[in-house]
Amino acid sequence: MSAAPSATLAAAPASARPTRSRSPVLPITIGAVLVIAAGFAVPAWLLTILLFALFRAMVVLGLIVLLRAGLVSFGQALYFAVGAYAVGFLSRAGVNDALVRVLAGALAAGALGLVLGFLLRRYRGIFFAMLSLAFSMILYGLLVKSESLGSTDGFAIHATTYAGYAPDRSSERFALLVLSSVVAWAGAIAVALYLRGTLGRLAEAVRDNEIRVEYLGASVAMAVHVKYVIAATLAGVGGALAAMVIGHVDPAMAYWTNSGEFVFVMILSGSGSVFAPFLGALVFELIHAVATHYSPGAWRIILGSALLAAIMFVPGGLWSLMPKARRS
Amino acid sequence: MNALVPILIDGLNYSAWLFIVAVGMTLIFGVMRVLNIAHGSLYAVGAYVAATLIGRWFDADLPAFGSFGLIFASAIGVGLVLGLVLEQGLLRFLHGRDEIAIVLATFAVFLILEDVVLLIWGTDAYPAYQPYGLLGTSSIGGIAFTNYDFSLVVLALVVGGAAWWALNRTRMGKLLLIVIHDREMAQALGINVRLVYPATFAIGAMLAALGGAYSAPMISVSPGIGVDVIILSFAVVVIGGLGSIEGAMIGAVMVGLTRAASVHLAPQFELFVIYAIMTLVLIVRPQGLFMRAQARKI
Repeated sequence: MSAAPSATLAAAPASARPTRSRSPVLPITIGAVLVIAAGFAVPAWLLTILLFALFRAMVVLGLIVLLRAGLVSFGQALYFAVGAYAVGFLSRAGVNDALVRVLAGALAAGALGLVLGFLLRRYRGIFFAMLSLAFSMILYGLLVKSESLGSTDGFAIHATTYAGYAPDRSSERFALLVLSSVVAWAGAIAVALYLRGTLGRLAEAVRDNEIRVEYLGASVAMAVHVKYVIAATLAGVGGALAAMVIGHVDPAMAYWTNSGEFVFVMILSGSGSVFAPFLGALVFELIHAVATHYSPGAWRIILGSALLAAIMFVPGGLWSLMPKARRS
Repeated sequence: MNALVPILIDGLNYSAWLFIVAVGMTLIFGVMRVLNIAHGSLYAVGAYVAATLIGRWFDADLPAFGSFGLIFASAIGVGLVLGLVLEQGLLRFLHGRDEIAIVLATFAVFLILEDVVLLIWGTDAYPAYQPYGLLGTSSIGGIAFTNYDFSLVVLALVVGGAAWWALNRTRMGKLLLIVIHDREMAQALGINVRLVYPATFAIGAMLAALGGAYSAPMISVSPGIGVDVIILSFAVVVIGGLGSIEGAMIGAVMVGLTRAASVHLAPQFELFVIYAIMTLVLIVRPQGLFMRAQARKI
């Protein structure tokens, strides 16, 4: 899109041009390798925090795709739970392979997102948030009442296998970390490439003025729908990973406070980069772990205060504090 | 016919309860554009304060009917204190930020207040059943109903009537309507919007606390009572159209009657139907039943 007018902007300094040539693949690969390497070095409790941060970041990655277009879903817990329960059903059917589980979570959530997207793409602002919340609460209401699925208790999930290889107890967490990192690597690269493509760059235009976007010949409904399906798919992947990491699924995964926590991490992260959700999710999990460890009776006070501080003092998210942060 | 009378009466009671809670939320949204998640916490604090005071009152053997005064006193007290603290201490600084940031800020307040309630009142349930029996019972179609439940309907009608009267027949109310209609124009006309905000938020908070305080004798006041209130009033407010008081009334009646019908006929769908209704209404009327059309930005 910026190719045509570039001749008239020849006087613009080189730094003002979008840095399109830089591929996102290398930095994201370095990041994924670093996370896996960290898995060797860190103690067990930190490994668990890394695992939780990775699946949470996948959901938030989808949220920032929506946020670029000015949309905030207060119901991502719906797709998170769908992804998790997809793994649950597979586990009940005896399918424990990691790749199948992740793909099933992604497909189930993505398909539901595709269907609901036809409806939700007509809504903006608070109504978009509330309607997505309503859908997640419908699922919650159904799950709570389905006794064959364990009602409010949910049910346990068999350990994950990797193309026939079943890790023993000591290496199980590490295997999950490798899996989560590889999945996050693929997801982050896909989102980074999408955001620099035409449809991805349309996001800001949609947020600023939809009617002008339509005048220019682009379909706002289409752009929003695609973003919604991407966000749903990523939330499904996050849910599938969560089911394997926690080893258990329950209806609380679809509850609205869970959606609220995802939006919390999104606000904490900022939408500046695909790395932001991972940083935000890690900080969130660390605050959560420290708060529940040192003051089990008041951890929500600490979490809530951190959220308030982020909203008041870091409106651009943690990523905006990084030196020379730029949109990738 | 057997099920019809209890469905209608339970539905009416539930609608009345929903209306009292939701009308405060819709008022706050209409005036301040703040969707207040902490509304449920205000409800819970109101219930706890009322339950504690009622317990003390009856321990001290004071005249029984005075406990009704306690209910209203605790609602007004909680609403004034917490409402003003939240508005002046937090929301004041968030004017002009986007709606989602403000929703998230109230979500943070909700998280904080949940733990504060636990720290103050612990995990025990606080029974405050005494006022519940004071009004006696009456029998309709051979089924006994507690009159306290009916007094809730009266209270909802009084609250709704008072809101209508205050908005349409008083100077302060007309100023509020102007602010709801067009905030910038109201400011340009010299209305002190900054003064309208704390007043509105305190009134909304009092209504949330009143919902909790008046329910305290009907329920067992225990941790977590605020969480469901939030999503139920969301549903009511969104059905009626955010910021519309008559919409909140219609929404409350719709949700109340449907839930009562579901509880009596198909209990497994209790939570499901509320959100199914909300979804259906939004499909047909994307802005809720009573929302004015918004001007489009070109």
